[in-house]
Amino acid sequence: MATTITMPQLGETVTEGTVAQWLKSVGDSVDKYEDFVEVSTDKVNAGVPSPVTGTIRELLVKEGETVATGTPIAVIDEAGAAKTALTAAPAATAASAAAAAPVAAAPPAPAVSSPNGAPAAAGVESESALRGASPAVRRLAREHRIDIRAIKGSGSNGRVTADDVLAAVTAAPSAAVTRTSTYAQPIPGSTVTLTQARRIIAERMVESKRTAPHAWSMVEIDVTDVWSWRVREKDRFERESGYKLTLLPFFIRAVVESLAAFPLMNARFVPASGSGQPSIYVNGEVNIGIAIGLATNLVVPVIRRADKLSIKGIALAAGELIEKARKGKLGVDDLAGGTFTVNNNGANGSWASAPIINGGQAGIVTMEAVVKKVVVRDDDSLAIRRMMNSCLSLDHRVVDGYVASGFLADLKQRLERMGPQGDL
Amino acid sequence: MATTDLRTGSLERHGLSDEQLRDMFRNMLLQRQLDNRGFQLNRQGKVPFALGSEGHEALQAGAAMAFNRGHDILAPYYRDLGLCLGIGLSPFEILLSIFARAEDHNGGRQFPNHYSSKAAGLMSFSSILAAHLPHAVGAAFAIQYREETGRAVLATCGDGTTSEGEWHESMNFAAVHKLPFVMLVENNEWAISTPLEKQMAQPEIWKRAAGYGMPGRRFNGFDPIETYAAVKEAMDRARAGEGPTLVEGTCYRYLAHSTDDNDLTYRTREAVQERRKDDPVPAFEAVLLEHGIVTPEGVAAMRKDILRETNEATDAAEALPYPEPTDLYKHVYEGAWEPWQS
Amino acid sequence: MAVVSSANSTVMNNVEAVRATLYEAMKNDERTVILGEDVGARGNVFLITKDFIGEFGERRVIDTPIAEASIVGIAVGMAMEGLRPIAEIQFADFIYPSFNQIVGEAAKIRYRSNGEYTCPLVIRTPYGGGVRGALSHSVSIEALFYHVPGLKIVAPSFPDDVKGLLNAAIDDPDPVLFLEHKKTYRLIKGEVPDGHYTIPLGKANVRKAGTQLTVVSYGLYLHWALEAAQRLQEENVSVEVVDLRSIRPMDKTAILTSVEKTRKLLIVHEDNKFGGIGAEISAMVAEEALFSLDAPIRRLCGPDVPSMGYALPLEEEFMSSPAEMADAMRAMVKF
Repeated sequence: MATTITMPQLGETVTEGTVAQWLKSVGDSVDKYEDFVEVSTDKVNAGVPSPVTGTIRELLVKEGETVATGTPIAVIDEAGAAKTALTAAPAATAASAAAAAPVAAAPPAPAVSSPNGAPAAAGVESESALRGASPAVRRLAREHRIDIRAIKGSGSNGRVTADDVLAAVTAAPSAAVTRTSTYAQPIPGSTVTLTQARRIIAERMVESKRTAPHAWSMVEIDVTDVWSWRVREKDRFERESGYKLTLLPFFIRAVVESLAAFPLMNARFVPASGSGQPSIYVNGEVNIGIAIGLATNLVVPVIRRADKLSIKGIALAAGELIEKARKGKLGVDDLAGGTFTVNNNGANGSWASAPIINGGQAGIVTMEAVVKKVVVRDDDSLAIRRMMNSCLSLDHRVVDGYVASGFLADLKQRLERMGPQGDL
Repeated sequence: MATTDLRTGSLERHGLSDEQLRDMFRNMLLQRQLDNRGFQLNRQGKVPFALGSEGHEALQAGAAMAFNRGHDILAPYYRDLGLCLGIGLSPFEILLSIFARAEDHNGGRQFPNHYSSKAAGLMSFSSILAAHLPHAVGAAFAIQYREETGRAVLATCGDGTTSEGEWHESMNFAAVHKLPFVMLVENNEWAISTPLEKQMAQPEIWKRAAGYGMPGRRFNGFDPIETYAAVKEAMDRARAGEGPTLVEGTCYRYLAHSTDDNDLTYRTREAVQERRKDDPVPAFEAVLLEHGIVTPEGVAAMRKDILRETNEATDAAEALPYPEPTDLYKHVYEGAWEPWQS
Repeated sequence: MAVVSSANSTVMNNVEAVRATLYEAMKNDERTVILGEDVGARGNVFLITKDFIGEFGERRVIDTPIAEASIVGIAVGMAMEGLRPIAEIQFADFIYPSFNQIVGEAAKIRYRSNGEYTCPLVIRTPYGGGVRGALSHSVSIEALFYHVPGLKIVAPSFPDDVKGLLNAAIDDPDPVLFLEHKKTYRLIKGEVPDGHYTIPLGKANVRKAGTQLTVVSYGLYLHWALEAAQRLQEENVSVEVVDLRSIRPMDKTAILTSVEKTRKLLIVHEDNKFGGIGAEISAMVAEEALFSLDAPIRRLCGPDVPSMGYALPLEEEFMSSPAEMADAMRAMVKF
């Protein structure tokens, strides 16, 4: 029996996937549960296991091609059964397949026609387009690293004009093919083709800002004691676990306790839909996402059920996730299920920040830089203390300032009571 | 031949003193010496071109004597070596022109013999015959315009030039405006290879004067004193504001047109030799000796001195440098030479 | 262009501008003389020097015999001997007999004498067609002379430029050929600032700024080109029109700056195309701004025939109209 494999949905909000690499060729045999293809979504590369044992009959999607979730990508003939006709793909899949045109832009030959509408001779191909390019066009194309052949000409006989080149420089990436400018090494005056990850980041950020009305608040926390506690513990912790001990797990511990006191901060807004009125869903679990900025990417792996973990447990979980993130080895499960997010901004010296809420959450809280300051105590004496700002962006559909500032005040109190010693 | 009264043995000198007569003679000798020097240098391979004026010595010495230095203006043509020397150019200046040195009046730009000297009143001219005559007329107009009496323009040309349209236009305009202008035609009977009879139906050029409404006369250009008289009369008229005159001096071109011309292609050596009998240089020497205005020793000394002067001038000019290649770009305009400007 | 006289300027046409400028020059400098055919008693065939002879005398306003070569040649001599002559050739078509005096003599006086003699001479002449002038009253001559080092040539189109450039020509220590398009004499009016001023030779003027095409022109055609550019402006097409004003020296910076901006160049001139001014401009732009060009340089010029004819179709066929210029401009913008 022939089985059609479709593009799986890897990740809750993923709508498409890219065939990163075929691990089998047509005619190869494959065992059930054996990976036959590697698929990538926003941040994750995942091997897809075969549902059956058999032989690869057909590979429907090219490497590098991105298709919508549910699009057929391969056909496998199940072993031990006579070859039969391909089962009809489910109507929905066919429909979505039809709807999902390949997104990756192959450089098109410019559609040319003469001014009076008659199509130009077939000879107006890439080479003559190059030859017909004026000196100004060649120079501009050279300066901006644009392939003339990839530009649709608006001049007479479909000629690419200088204005066409300049328009291509400032236009969307699909209008031109850049050669060497990347997100990691962007070249001024050039176009960077976005990876899928960056496209998704862009989409998600817009979505979050568009749907959730962001409000913002900040507190200043005296972390002198908890800092001392960290210092006392860090060498031993590092020796035993191999991970660094930062302020992050202490902070997360305080956060989960404050979330318990202010459950609305661990909720999400459910918009009105066909099935009902808008509502707020209060999460049962406390899964803390830790935002990790990499060179070209932003990932938010999740410490699941962080409320059940000690400071040490949080530190271990965080350490493992951070290491995986740095090595690009985060899996789909690492990224799923977050209910609240912590962003440790302090490492780059930030004093305040206004983060964008991770879609589907009620808030995101930051740790800013720890700074030694002279503070005035209640008895008007002066002291040098380590102070750290913490900023909160909140979804104003879910909580108002009353809850949010209460949450922040609670977080401040808990942190200021931690340390300078105790059990992690 | 200077006018000698055979009956009295006196010389009609038209007011010229002995010294002036000797000066005229010296000018003639110097002209012949420098003329020859040009050919010598050419034969030595030192200069590519030479143009001689043998036969014109008396005419030019006499005309120069009638020229008021510092007042009159000279608009000569390229065979007027003696005339230019006679109005004040030095042998050194002549040799600078022959050697095309940077210090030459023309910066080595012009052919030799195309003398120019603002200080001497010598108007710059080109090789284009008759083109200088309207310039001379214009200069005469300027003199008249400024009411500068005592000044006149002496313009010269050969018989060939009188065929040019601008000769006619210049004569006409000078006459209409009664300009202080004297047209001295040095008729040496040859326009390169064209003899007089092929140039004009009326071989006496002076007769055209009537057609322009100005006086004209002809004189013996081999006789420096007669030349002086004729040119002086015309120049005096012009300086007095009485208008232009056409004066024609007859002489003969003994040499080819220039080193680029072989005159044996169009005339015979015998014909030229026949005319050598009238060579004005020995003829005037004879007259001066005869009347005791010079002695043989004096003449010899004169010749020696002229040779010394010529040799010194030659050496001095030869030692000087050519113009720099970058000098080519100077004096196109007062300002930048480039046609495209920013 | 507004034609209202203000306290500091006067509205006049091109012929009035020439007249006014010559008058001031005669008044202000005793060395200035005017010579030419019919310039005295008749006051010039376009009345430019009308009544000058009465005011300045026949010594200074000279009716010459009909002898173009010596009109220029005598003026050269005057200039060499300290006067500031302004010679007139009655129609540019008559200038050929004086070709040697202009090109072989005037242009070379300073050069051949290594600067000892100079020739501060102005030769004025009306040129150009569109007046049913046929073979001997319509010609353009600038191409014959602009080739010559030592000469300067100007061809203003507007009255304010006429005055400024004529003053500059009169002041210039070198020979200047001052070209006056006869059809613009009475056709073109404009404000001319009062008082003495000069416009330096070698400077063009952008009469209309634009972005999509550079049009370089001079003379009568400059006005037609402006008219055509205005039509295109109404079609939302932006054409820049550069008035050369000065043919030699010619303004390189103005042309290159404009071409660098618009990337397209159209040269429009009445004179024959082959070897005309447009050829030199094209060569210079190709040499110096090739990589700014987004289209081949085009020249819209007079046809390569000896002259426009007397019969109207033969004049109209020779000359370009604003509509034809507009068509050429549109085609270049679309390229």
